[in-house]
Amino acid sequence: MLRADALREIYPELERCIVVTIMGAVAAELYALGHRPNFFYMEHSMGLASSVGLGLALSLPEQQVIVLDGDGSLLMNLGTLTTLARYRPSNLLHIVFDNESLVSVGGFPTATASGSDLAAMARAAGIPLVMKAETPVQFSTAVTQALTRRVMTTLVTKVEASSPVSYRLDLDLLENRFQFKRYLDSLPHPS
Amino acid sequence: MPVSLAGARRVYAALKACGIKLVSTLPETWLVPLLHLIEADQEMRLVQVAREEESIGIAAGAYFAGVPSVHVMQNHGFLAAINPLVSLAMLYKIPVLLLISYRGHWGERDPWQTQGGLVTEPVLRALTIPYYCLRREDDAARRLKEAQALALSALQPVAVLLTREVLWEDEES
Repeated sequence: MLRADALREIYPELERCIVVTIMGAVAAELYALGHRPNFFYMEHSMGLASSVGLGLALSLPEQQVIVLDGDGSLLMNLGTLTTLARYRPSNLLHIVFDNESLVSVGGFPTATASGSDLAAMARAAGIPLVMKAETPVQFSTAVTQALTRRVMTTLVTKVEASSPVSYRLDLDLLENRFQFKRYLDSLPHPS
Repeated sequence: MPVSLAGARRVYAALKACGIKLVSTLPETWLVPLLHLIEADQEMRLVQVAREEESIGIAAGAYFAGVPSVHVMQNHGFLAAINPLVSLAMLYKIPVLLLISYRGHWGERDPWQTQGGLVTEPVLRALTIPYYCLRREDDAARRLKEAQALALSALQPVAVLLTREVLWEDEES
């Protein structure tokens, strides 16, 4: 499965959620599908997208938060799985695109290429619901299921190590940051 | 009791005065009484991380969501969080209020803390993170409020170093 096809499958859902992506191919491909003010492309700090998502999900319990993570990023912050599992906000969906590769920096294989199993790690860390997907249909079914069940979910999705046409986003980092913040400020607050 | 309960109470009261609702931390000895006070507070959420880098991500999420937060760690934990402070908080102009226990400095008896103690302030200066070295517990409310105000106006991390004078009571020897 191509990551871009997986993203296309769930794009209508993403429009309704708060979305945090890792840098590189995921950010570029989501941006190419159509930017929204509720998308934050974290263009650095590899490993911390899920931590940003956790801070958002705990702070905005009425909102659905989706983190688009990758194998290389998650491997840089495996401890996050234990923190996510511990606080398990029911409004957080953690999607991991596993292409077994650091594709954005030239395709070096990551440890998942030699058998490290991120879904098993997530399960062992105590994430309440862990799913795997390998086809676009499996993927979109799993996303729908995760969003319906309202339980903190990690969804590990095997994708090809493909590169986007361009890594460039026609959007400055700070422009994205201020727009995202303004969007969140405009949401109705419960109290 | 070597860890100062009075100091912890003053710092906790200062966090309340700042309207803090979310606290992330990696616990350490000096911080235990403070963290117990926070844990018992129904209006504050305590998030315990596995490594201090996570705290900077959580800080960004809470800030975007409009929830006042503070991130409590030892100075060695601050050293572990340098990359996200630079490449998330500073890159994206995100205010982060850091509360750092200042181990390994004046009066330190544990040899293993001393190297971190020696480099903490030079590293803060190198990163251009403004910091205040809190030496009196009755000064906590004012300095934490000032740190929070500066973080929010400058849109960047600001640190308060919690010294031995505030968090520790040396036993007679």
